[in-house]
Amino acid sequence: MTVDQSCAAPDQAAPLPASVDLEKETVITGIVTATDGAVVGGAYVRLLDATGEFAAEVVTSPAGQFRFFAAPGTWTLRALSRHGNGDTTVTAVRGVTETGVRVG
Amino acid sequence: MSRDTALVSADWAEKNLGAPGVVFVEVDEDTSAYEGGHLPGAIKLDWKTDLQDPIRRDFVNKEQFEALLSARGIGNDDTVVLYGGNNNWFAAYAYWYFKLYGHGDVKLLDGGRKKWELDARPLVKDVAAREQTTYTAQEPDTAIRAFRDEVVKAIGTKNLVDVRSPDEYAGRLLAPAHLPQEQAQRGGHIPTAVSVPWSKAANEDGTFKSDDELRAIYAAAGLDDSKETIAYCRIGERSSHTWFVLKELLGHSSVKNYDGSWTEYGSLVGVPVALGDEPGKA
Repeated sequence: MTVDQSCAAPDQAAPLPASVDLEKETVITGIVTATDGAVVGGAYVRLLDATGEFAAEVVTSPAGQFRFFAAPGTWTLRALSRHGNGDTTVTAVRGVTETGVRVG
Repeated sequence: MSRDTALVSADWAEKNLGAPGVVFVEVDEDTSAYEGGHLPGAIKLDWKTDLQDPIRRDFVNKEQFEALLSARGIGNDDTVVLYGGNNNWFAAYAYWYFKLYGHGDVKLLDGGRKKWELDARPLVKDVAAREQTTYTAQEPDTAIRAFRDEVVKAIGTKNLVDVRSPDEYAGRLLAPAHLPQEQAQRGGHIPTAVSVPWSKAANEDGTFKSDDELRAIYAAAGLDDSKETIAYCRIGERSSHTWFVLKELLGHSSVKNYDGSWTEYGSLVGVPVALGDEPGKA
């Protein structure tokens, strides 16, 4: 993956490739944490649409980060990990929407 | 084909790591995943650099496939067990290749990398060395591969199954939501294609649903068992997953994967396109 590690991304967000146009894209990003607050790398995060249908899945980075390119609207994020599972609902808007998912 | 011959469980795989005549092969969209840790003894195939022709928009031909498998140490008599990330999308794509070129014994690892990792089963970083072989492939079996003209003719006559997400089907997104969306081609789907996202066939740990559950899903979508079926997605990998379900697990007699898929169809001049959540008319 070509990712610009030096770009000034917010703390909880996975860095974005320079080619991504935030005027057009709806990015949902954040981190997965365990009940003790530790970040969970290697978790499987699924993006489900407003009807609960699967849209995409990514694996979190060692820092627990995930990122999706979606569309404006309501989405559910569901995380599976060796530390347990968890989910959260988010309303995304054009640009970057940040959210966290707690597992355990 | 059936579940017993086409699929192996993680338990079976763990017991058969290093077994003579069994080759584990990882195929991922994220081609760096293998380097981060893989099944002990597994080799890697890169879906892009190994399985696609470097010049034409097509996959490797018979000679290229023979050279690839020979160099990687896969023999005609080996049992090839494929697995990967993304719920086995690219492993299913490679499975379809192995079938297309007539490999005798090829299987998918149920649940792929995800179930293996969630189960905390062993992963290693050292790369297995395999002795070179002299692999002989068969002529490509076009009974399982659909080309664009056949797809256009199938509108309103054969089963067309669009396995992308509902938003891609409707034309609201142009790619899966883990990829950037900027692309030139039109959004939508092939008229009369029913929407059965590939993910309907999988549990959240990546394993396939039971045969009874799978039969119910495609029946509810209106798939007519008596007709030939063509599955497509964006680039042909998710539709390999559904091709595997319909052909290899459920044993439908005529199922083709249209690997040109939406990136080809959605760029064609002069073909009909349907927008929205309904299949549309022929």
